[in-house]
Formats: sequence, C-alpha cells, structure tokens
Amino acid sequence: MTVSALTPVPRARVSLRQRLQNALPKLVLAPSFLLILVFVYGFISWTFLLSLTSSKAFTNFHFIGWGNYLKLWTWTFERDPPSNWYTAIVNMGLFGGIYVVFCLSIGLGLAILLDQKIRGEGVLRPIYLYPLALSFIVTGTAWKLFLNPRIGLEKAMHDLGWTSFHFDWVVNPRMMIYCVAIAAIWASAGFIMALFLAGLRGIDGEILKAAQIDGASSFQTYRRIVIPMLRPVFLSAMIILINLALKSYDLVLSVTGNNPGGAAELPSTFMYSYTFTRDQMAVGSASAIIMMMTIAAVMIPYLYSELREKSR
Amino acid sequence: MKLRNFYLASAMAASALGLAVPAHAADVKQVQVLHWWTSGGEAAALATLKSYLAKEGYAWKDVPIAGGGGAAAMTTLKAMVAAGNPPTASQILGYYALDYAKAGKLNDLNVLATKEHWDKVIPKALQKFTTTNGKWDAIPINIHSVNWLWINKAVMDKIGGTEPKNFDEFIALLDKAKKAGVIPLALGGQPWQEGTMFDSVVMSTGGPAFYKKAFVDLDPTALKSATMKKAFDNLAKLRAYVDPNYAGRDWNLATAMVIKGDALVQVMGDWAKGEFTVAHKVAGKDFLCYRFPGTEGTVIYNTDMFAMFQVPADLRGAQLALADAVMSPAVQSAFNVIKGSVPARMDVPDTAFDMCGKKGIADVKKADAAGTFVGSMTQNYAQPPAIATAYTDVVTKFFHGEIKTSDAAVAELSKAIDAAK
Repeated sequence: MTVSALTPVPRARVSLRQRLQNALPKLVLAPSFLLILVFVYGFISWTFLLSLTSSKAFTNFHFIGWGNYLKLWTWTFERDPPSNWYTAIVNMGLFGGIYVVFCLSIGLGLAILLDQKIRGEGVLRPIYLYPLALSFIVTGTAWKLFLNPRIGLEKAMHDLGWTSFHFDWVVNPRMMIYCVAIAAIWASAGFIMALFLAGLRGIDGEILKAAQIDGASSFQTYRRIVIPMLRPVFLSAMIILINLALKSYDLVLSVTGNNPGGAAELPSTFMYSYTFTRDQMAVGSASAIIMMMTIAAVMIPYLYSELREKSR
Repeated sequence: MKLRNFYLASAMAASALGLAVPAHAADVKQVQVLHWWTSGGEAAALATLKSYLAKEGYAWKDVPIAGGGGAAAMTTLKAMVAAGNPPTASQILGYYALDYAKAGKLNDLNVLATKEHWDKVIPKALQKFTTTNGKWDAIPINIHSVNWLWINKAVMDKIGGTEPKNFDEFIALLDKAKKAGVIPLALGGQPWQEGTMFDSVVMSTGGPAFYKKAFVDLDPTALKSATMKKAFDNLAKLRAYVDPNYAGRDWNLATAMVIKGDALVQVMGDWAKGEFTVAHKVAGKDFLCYRFPGTEGTVIYNTDMFAMFQVPADLRGAQLALADAVMSPAVQSAFNVIKGSVPARMDVPDTAFDMCGKKGIADVKKADAAGTFVGSMTQNYAQPPAIATAYTDVVTKFFHGEIKTSDAAVAELSKAIDAAK
C-alpha cells in the first residue's frame, strides 16, 4: 500500500495490465463463444424453425404449425406393422441401454483387473484401447463379416467340427440391433476402461490401506469405497457413452448393410434419411428436435444432481 | 458437452469454408463435375468422357463422392448449390433434377438441343426429366433397365433349365435349381434391391398398363387392387428361394454368387453386367441375360443424367462443351459398352455392344415405340424420392416379415404413399 502511494505512475500501469489480464479470458473465449452461439444454438433454432414448415427437398417457409410433430407422434404408436419411427425409438432404447450398461460394466471390470499390479499391463492396456482407434465404418464392416454365418464365426465353428453351432443374428433383422450393440461395445469398452483406470490410479492408497487394516475384504473395499469414489468418472463415462449411442450412424449402416426390412432404424438414421434422401426435411427436423429434447430430458437432471453434489 | 459442441462447431465451420471456395476465373477451360462413379467399371466408363473432353481441350475437375446410389453425393450437391457455388455439372437421378430445375438452379441448353435435335433422338419418357417448360437443362448419358435376369450359364446347363417366359416358369426353374443344390436366387436383402426386384414382379403380374396406373398415376384403386395383392404374393413366393444369409448383402456380392456359380440367378439392373465384364465373363458363353419373366417387350428404366447448373458466364463455354461431349454418339457408345447400360440416344449403332447390350438397345427402341417404356419406382423414375422410399419401406418390411400378409402390405402401401405425398 505504501509503495503504491509513493509511486503513483507504476500503479496506473499495473492497473492497466490488470484490466487487460481480467479481460483476456473473455477475449480468448469470445470467438469460440460466438462460433458456438451461431453454429450450435443458431442451428438448433434454425432446425426448430424448419420443423414447423412444409420443407421437402429444399427449405421453404410455408409454416404449417405442429403437423410434423403430430405425424411423428402418431408414428410412435404404430406397432404393427412397425413404423420407421417406432422401430427407431425401440431400437434406441435397446441399443442405448445395452451399450451403456455393458460398456460401463466391462470397462470397470477390465480396469479393476488391470489395476491388480499385474505384469505386462503396459502391453495389455493399449490392446484393449486399440479398437477405439478404428473408425466405425471399419469396425462395423469387420463385425458384419465376422458375424456373417456363411463366412464368419458360424462357418469357422462348423469347420472346427461344432456343426450344431448356430449364430445368425447379423442376417436376422430382428436381432440385428444386438449385433450393432456388440460391435459398439467392442469399440468403446476399452476407452471406458482407460477412464476408470485413470480414476482408480487417482485414489489415495492410504484409504485402501486403512480399509485393509480395518479388515475389509477386497470385494468390500471395491464395493463400498472404490466404486463410490469413482462417481465423477461414471459421470464423464455416461456423458460420453450416451452421446456416442445417440449419434451412432455409420456403425449401424455398416453392420446391418443399409437397414434391411427397416429393422435397424435408429433416430439418427431416421433423421438423416428423412432430411437428406427422402426429401422430407421438415419431418427430419422435427425428429432432430425430439432427439435433442429427449437427450436434454435425460442429461439435464443427471448433470444437475451430479454437479450440485460436487459443489456442495 | 461443451467440448463436443465446440468440435461440432469447428467441424461445421471448416466444412462451410471448404465448400465455399469460389471457382477461379482462370479456369474457364475447365469443367467441375460431381459424380459417384467411383467403382472400377464405373470409373473406367467415365474415363471415356474425360478423355473425349481432354481432346477438345477442356480440363476435368473431379468431385467424386463415393457411395452407390448417390445419397451422399446428393447431400454434397445440395450444400454446394445452397452455398452459391454449384459444380459445372452433376450426375443426377430423376426427380432430383426436376427439383433443381424448379428452384431455378439449372442452365438452359436449348442452343445445343435445337441444333442437335435432341428431342428427336432421346426417348420422350426421358425428356420429362431433362427438360423443364421446354428448356433442356439436363442430359442423359445412358439408359439402365432393371427388369433383367442374370443367369450363370454353366449352372443353367447343369440343371437343364430353359428361358422362363412367365412367372410360373420362373418358379419352376428356381425349384429345379433348389433340387440340384444350388442357391436359386441371389438376392441382397437391402431395401432398394428388394424394391428393384418388386418393380419387375409388379410389371410381370399386372402388365405395363397396370404398372403405369399404380406407380406413375398413383391411382388408389390400382394400389389397393387384387392385382397388387397378387404381386405381393408372388414376391413372397420368391422368398423361398433365397439363401438364409441374404439380409444386408450388397448387390455386387449377390452378383458374385452368380458369377462363381454358387447361385443360379440374380434379378438386378444391367449395372450387374459390369461385374460380369470385370470378371472376364462373356455374355452368351458364361452368363445369360433374359428379361424378367413376363416383362418381355417392356423396359423399366432408370437413367444417369448430368444436370447443368447456373455457372458464371465465362464458364458457359466449357459447360456447353461438356454437354456436347456427353451427347456425342462416340461417347455414348464407348461409355455404355463399359458401364453395361445402353445409350440414351436412340441413333447410336449397337456394333460395339455384346449380346445383352444389343438386346437392351433393341428392347428400349421397341418399348419406347410401344409406350411400354416406364420409369422404375424404386430408382426414383416413377415418383419423387419421398414416395419411392415409402414404397421400398413397405416392400422390404413385407419381404422380411415385418408386414405379415399381402393384404396388410397393400393397405400399408396406400397408407405410406398417402403419408409421403
């Protein structure tokens, strides 16, 4: 205080620098903020606007109110024969549920096993992580060929002598979506493992030692101490997985071979095909808005509860 | 969440910038052509056009967007046109051309058309897609027809089969193959392939007048008629002759099954011939081409066209040169010999073509004269994409058993088409 009182000129300089320093984060963030404002929120509003029009191949601004939503709403209940939208929603539930649950459990299981200070962890870890490096098109095509009864797994089993082996899910429209889930789990479980492994490494060894001294079995330690402590990792894993599940598109098309029988429809494929190839842009836009609302309905309460807990 | 948004935003920004690169004024002797002819045979066919243009002194700037059927290419085209930077020309199918013409995005080619009398040499049915209000704005390079059978001759000889003349004979032939232990029908279980086969089944079941009434006029009574129900029943009969692993198979893999002799026959458009050619198989000796039984004398067509977009005036010369090249008999012959289709011009000699090509050319001429030259529903030449995809939806759901009876299929077909209108 006294120094600044004696030398007023440097003080002004400091305050200028300080002001600049205060403004710097805003300046740096401004471009990305602007981009997000236009390209994310701007386009969301644009999509919403389109969903209220009668746009077909090209955009038009002939507003028809909620007609497109009404169409989707009636399709939601058309079960026999299933409408594309009905199939998409059911498949999303099946695929998303299986994908998230299995990725989390396999990822956590692998991480715990790898965390037992075993030899060769450095070799094993990248092996599990590697599938993520492949693009979904490659993953999907490989799994499609691998699961194909005529050339893949079933034939290999028959050649080995197990002739009663039967596995034709990938060519059975009703079971196809499970094959997509298998391929998707294979691709991302390793990544989830890496997340959990990082979380496990971050846990203070002292706590584990204390538990050991108190006589907790290793199962109890994991069940009561370690897994609850991994909660933030669960949060990020869930966000990533739900996001991946919702936007999986290339994987679906490559595993199923362009959606035979309309049985492998997902909201993402529905949205794309109605918007771009079926010339029903308005219906596609409406489905995109519904997708967004659905994910918001799931994610916002979850984020809210998790983040509030953290700040407390 | 934020991070993802940011990636999304930057990806979108990047793609917007990438597409908005303006054409350079210096490239007036250059044509920029968007297409999806990227597979071996297709690319070879396109090379004939490229070299013709090169001789005329025009450079070819390729904009290939892979993906058979062109869905991805159409999306890219939409973005390029919306950004005000259309290509000189784009490969285009059916109603997509009309959409762009209606939106005023296409250029008038009448200067060339009147001089070269295109209206005399191009089938009238095709001119519906190439002209808008009397103005030529797109040009067809070929005519594909979808009502073909592709048969492995060795297998055919082995089972002692003869050309089936109607649907019942076709079923009898398939039975023979089944008894001999070969897969009778090579099918790729994808919506468009099943739809393409059903186009032929409907033509075979109801004849050209019914086909036109149902698919071109969308007459509700025809769509709900007993004939349509019978067509679905016939389609259901064919289901008994495919192998269990057909779902999701690509069309060229199904063709390969016929080429290798694992299967007897494939119902597919004449682009399948390109696969036989690449495998060094000779028409008449290694494989046979017949019209789908009961459709002799009719041609269910689709055609590949180039739409000519509004370009700056200095690029107009190059665009006209491209149009002239596409429409030249030399290119039409050379291109189609490789592609497996037949020339869109009716005055191109058939000397360079094989047996199937010669038959194709003759059939198109006959069908055009008799008024039995009709557009393929599945390939967007009978109806716009919204309705055509509603149709393939119903066909594929029926073929895979999601729609259980032909009665339900007929009801569902009218409903789906109404909803898509």
